[in-house]
Amino acid sequence: MIFKCKSLKKLVLLFSLGLLAACGGAQESRVEQGNRDGVLHFGNGSEPQGLDPHIVTGVPEHHIIQALFEGLVVKNPHNLEVEAGVAESWEISDDGKIYTFQLRTDARWSNGDPVTAEDFRWSWQRALTPALGSLYNYMYFPIVNAEAFANGETTDFDQVGVRVLGEHTLQVELRDPTPYILQLFDHYSTFPVHRATVESFGDPSNRLTRWAREGNLVGNGAFQLTEWVVNSHIRVEKSPVYWDAEKIQLNAIVFYPTENLVTEERMFRDGQLHFTGDVPLDKVPVYLRDEPHLIEINPYLGTYYYMVNTTRPPFDDVRVRRALAMAVDRDLLVSTVLEGIVDPAYAIVPPGTLGYEPPRLFNYDPDAARALLAEAGYPGGEGFPAFNILYNTQESHRKIAEAVQQMWNKTLNVGVNLVNQEWQVYLDSQQNMNYDVSRRGWIGDYVDPNSFLDMFITGGGNNKTGFANARYDQIVLRDAPAALDREERYRLFHEAETILIDQMPIIPFYTYKSKHLRHPSLRGMPANIMDYFNYKYVYLQAEE
Amino acid sequence: MSTLKNSTLLIADVEAFPKGVSLWQDGWTRLRKNRLAMLGFFFLALIMFLALITPWIAPYGYEEQNLRLGATPPSAAHWLGTDNFGRDMLTRILYGGRVSLMVGFIATAVALLIGVTYGAIAGYVGGRVDAVMMRLVDILYALPFMIFIILLMVVFGRNLLLLFLAIGAVEWLTMARIVRGQVQSLRQQEYIEAAISIGLGPGAIIRKHVLPNVLGPIIVYTTLTIPNVMLLEAFLSFLGLGIQPPESSWGVLISYGVESMEEYPWLLIFPGLALAMTLFALNFLGDGLRDALDPRTSKD
Amino acid sequence: MWRFIGLRTLQAIPVILVVITVTFFLVRAAPGGPFSSEKAVSPQVKAALEAQYNLDQPVLQQYFTYLSDLARGDMGPSFRYPGRDVSELILQGLPITAELGLYALLVALVIGTLAGVFAALKPNTLQDYIPMSLSMVGICMPSFLLGPLLVLIFGIGLGWLPVSGWGNAAGDKILPSLTLGAGYAAYIARLSRSGMLEVLSQDYLRTARAKGLPEHVVIAKHALRGGLLPVISFLGPAFAGLLSGSFVVETIFQIPGLGRFYVQAAFNRDYTMILGTTVFLASLIVVFNLLSDVVAAWLNPRLRYQFRK
Repeated sequence: MIFKCKSLKKLVLLFSLGLLAACGGAQESRVEQGNRDGVLHFGNGSEPQGLDPHIVTGVPEHHIIQALFEGLVVKNPHNLEVEAGVAESWEISDDGKIYTFQLRTDARWSNGDPVTAEDFRWSWQRALTPALGSLYNYMYFPIVNAEAFANGETTDFDQVGVRVLGEHTLQVELRDPTPYILQLFDHYSTFPVHRATVESFGDPSNRLTRWAREGNLVGNGAFQLTEWVVNSHIRVEKSPVYWDAEKIQLNAIVFYPTENLVTEERMFRDGQLHFTGDVPLDKVPVYLRDEPHLIEINPYLGTYYYMVNTTRPPFDDVRVRRALAMAVDRDLLVSTVLEGIVDPAYAIVPPGTLGYEPPRLFNYDPDAARALLAEAGYPGGEGFPAFNILYNTQESHRKIAEAVQQMWNKTLNVGVNLVNQEWQVYLDSQQNMNYDVSRRGWIGDYVDPNSFLDMFITGGGNNKTGFANARYDQIVLRDAPAALDREERYRLFHEAETILIDQMPIIPFYTYKSKHLRHPSLRGMPANIMDYFNYKYVYLQAEE
Repeated sequence: MSTLKNSTLLIADVEAFPKGVSLWQDGWTRLRKNRLAMLGFFFLALIMFLALITPWIAPYGYEEQNLRLGATPPSAAHWLGTDNFGRDMLTRILYGGRVSLMVGFIATAVALLIGVTYGAIAGYVGGRVDAVMMRLVDILYALPFMIFIILLMVVFGRNLLLLFLAIGAVEWLTMARIVRGQVQSLRQQEYIEAAISIGLGPGAIIRKHVLPNVLGPIIVYTTLTIPNVMLLEAFLSFLGLGIQPPESSWGVLISYGVESMEEYPWLLIFPGLALAMTLFALNFLGDGLRDALDPRTSKD
Repeated sequence: MWRFIGLRTLQAIPVILVVITVTFFLVRAAPGGPFSSEKAVSPQVKAALEAQYNLDQPVLQQYFTYLSDLARGDMGPSFRYPGRDVSELILQGLPITAELGLYALLVALVIGTLAGVFAALKPNTLQDYIPMSLSMVGICMPSFLLGPLLVLIFGIGLGWLPVSGWGNAAGDKILPSLTLGAGYAAYIARLSRSGMLEVLSQDYLRTARAKGLPEHVVIAKHALRGGLLPVISFLGPAFAGLLSGSFVVETIFQIPGLGRFYVQAAFNRDYTMILGTTVFLASLIVVFNLLSDVVAAWLNPRLRYQFRK
């Protein structure tokens, strides 16, 4: 016993000493240090897939690319108005189809090379090359023959409506006068890339080359890429050769991959982040109550909805779909599960999108829902097969699905199962129409109702519901783009959306709100409906 | 060394001794004396009884939501509080217990059956057969468990039976390794050699001599496996691969509770306590059983 | 002894080969390709993507291509992170996970063995009950419960330790190691206690005591060896479990290790990454099991004789 006692005591002592020694004392937090050094610490959601603007598709990638590259135009973060980017000025022809951009002569790549019109032409050719497999190439389709080139119908890029008129003059020809086209030129899929760099690492249409990595990447944005440790952090630093460098007030930004919302919130509380990408639902009321100056909740251009597989009985009966839609008490859902921060939605386009108001065709009406279900042949839910709600694994989707499951169960007396799949499998199930009802969310790519409505054209890649309506296609593809003014355009959109909601291949739930936690020292990042950040405006001011 | 005095004592003792007691009878007697183990035994019996009669005693439906109520701390109407959807926690914990216990016992039984058989054979036969069998175990070990389970769950759909099989199919590996190790070392013991020399066949030897001695570690490891299995199920459900809402197990309830740990601690405490106490009980019982059944720890 | 080691090493190679093969085809069979994305993938784009990653070749051909590349040490590009090689990502994440695993295992071994031995010395007394109950707590608490609790108490409540990261701030390695190690400490405590108890009642210890050896020598030289045997056998599976266990810990504490890559790869159907990490894991486990067996054999003299044959 003596032996054991002595050595045991010694070990315990050593252990505790070690523990104490390893504990740091009270240190300056990362945020405080960042405020001193002008470094912004940004919680960015999942680890970016890559930084090649023509390949990636996600929001986290977007945030970083926004710092490293610049398109023809940028947006003012306060009002989302289009402002000069690489293009100093532009002229629009009378018929609205020809845009001529004058690029500024002092725009530079991070290695000092000047940014030219040819850079844009070459980059857009690369983006549209079928072999590259860019998932966003449809953003270019308003441009003459862009679609044809992307589909391989023509291999001659000169057919596409992009012309270099001078070293700093670029002309773009559109199929129709597309009012939102300028916004498209702030979308990262249309950003230019540095030809020499890309080509030095291999075939430009090979997405596996290493050009978009730390040490290699050459961009034309306000910041340059200095560090990238996968799953740890990405650091970008102010670019001295950027044409507007004097306006930049940050010295660097560090992006952290923060997939786990709960951990992200703790990092924020611990003083490790200035800004979080999202806020866990449970924490929202806590912050609103105790520290409202730290949490930001703002309208966000997106709609949360459920897709219904209209090719599978009994969902091929529109009455069934309408019954399901009307049996959901959105106000209750929003005020309880969603902590009252979002707004119920009864259409696909968020209300007020650039002044557009969507149609309102139905309400929460359990009696009418039951009547419809009975009419469809399932009185009291009898005989209605049990079906699945599919969602991707995430706490908030689960909460909503559980609540909706109960609502349908109680109101319509139908059996509902919940199926959750990881992201890849979930997407695949949707792509293969292997679902009954599936959760979905859509964030607009630009501020225009079209960004939502063009999803549901017959056979559209994002219309995995089986919905096909000729009149809808006609409006969205032909009539609306050719409309003479906004009023007529919106009238047409209204008609199209009425058809959509009447047929109910999708059941809208709510309009998104963006939610973030923000340290008071972070300024110059005003909220806007696209949750868009323009880092030139951002600065850090430590509190006194 | 024995003097006359000692031999006299010996004879007297022999006469005073009761008739020979079987291992199991002796074990039961000893188990009864172990208070902690008996406590565990009764607690487990209670839990299992509650799980059986749950449908009759639960105050609410386990899926009954009351969204406006939301999460509330324990009260007269809801003894253990409610969760985010206003569901009664007492009911959820009772039903969750049914599922957790089911998963724990069944999956462990599967693992036990496969693992012990496999390990015993490998350890006893030894040589090349053992080498091949253990290589197979190594291979299965190295298979990415995640992929395997995900694949199973995705391809064959999520059902409880599959979950049992999947978990059991993974847990047997460690059981086999341990049993094989024990059997291997036991194999060298003299009494086994003796048994062989008097002509006992391998089956009989395994049954009568090897297994009873291996039983101790098997029991201990089983009582370690059940909580492991229950936690494994919790982890899978945590990832969305296990029990689907509105059903739940203790594991799922705990993982929900962790999410809301700071705001609604009762969502974590009660399921956590339920699971912890059940596992404690299992372990004390297992330990008691082990001490009771080990012939070598009996007083001479 | 060396023959044993050599033989086992040779046996390991087909093991790894089988692992690669089974994983390869298993992963291909799982639904969900690596390129599904919310924005629609037109057939041309999909075809182009598949061509670049060799997915358009017949499966068998893909398999052999992979094997030959693997022989050259090339595990291919990651599907999830274009422009990055699997081997590069593994090399980046591995040292971190290895370090985490090492510390966790150390925590587990030290605490567990001590507790178990300590308890076994006076069975069924307080000295037994207290450590065993504490270790029971370690078993009953999943890491996704223990981790946040520790964070809550030490990170946020007391503010002593950092909430996340690895190697960024002083002391940020403590909580993750404790969280990961706690469960294994509990197992090891129980195993060592059980093993010690068996050994303590063995006759050869009585002989040693009868010889007049002081108690602590009896324990250190004789009992400990036998008592540690089950612990050694457990190290193999413990190591295997550490990798998937480390995922939870790595996620909670935002640690950029291999465990996190590994499971993310599974979720993302990142074929090459899954395969690469599996090969790595397989090799490591085989090596570790071999070491574990060797040490177990060395500790148990009876088994040693078997190898002299």
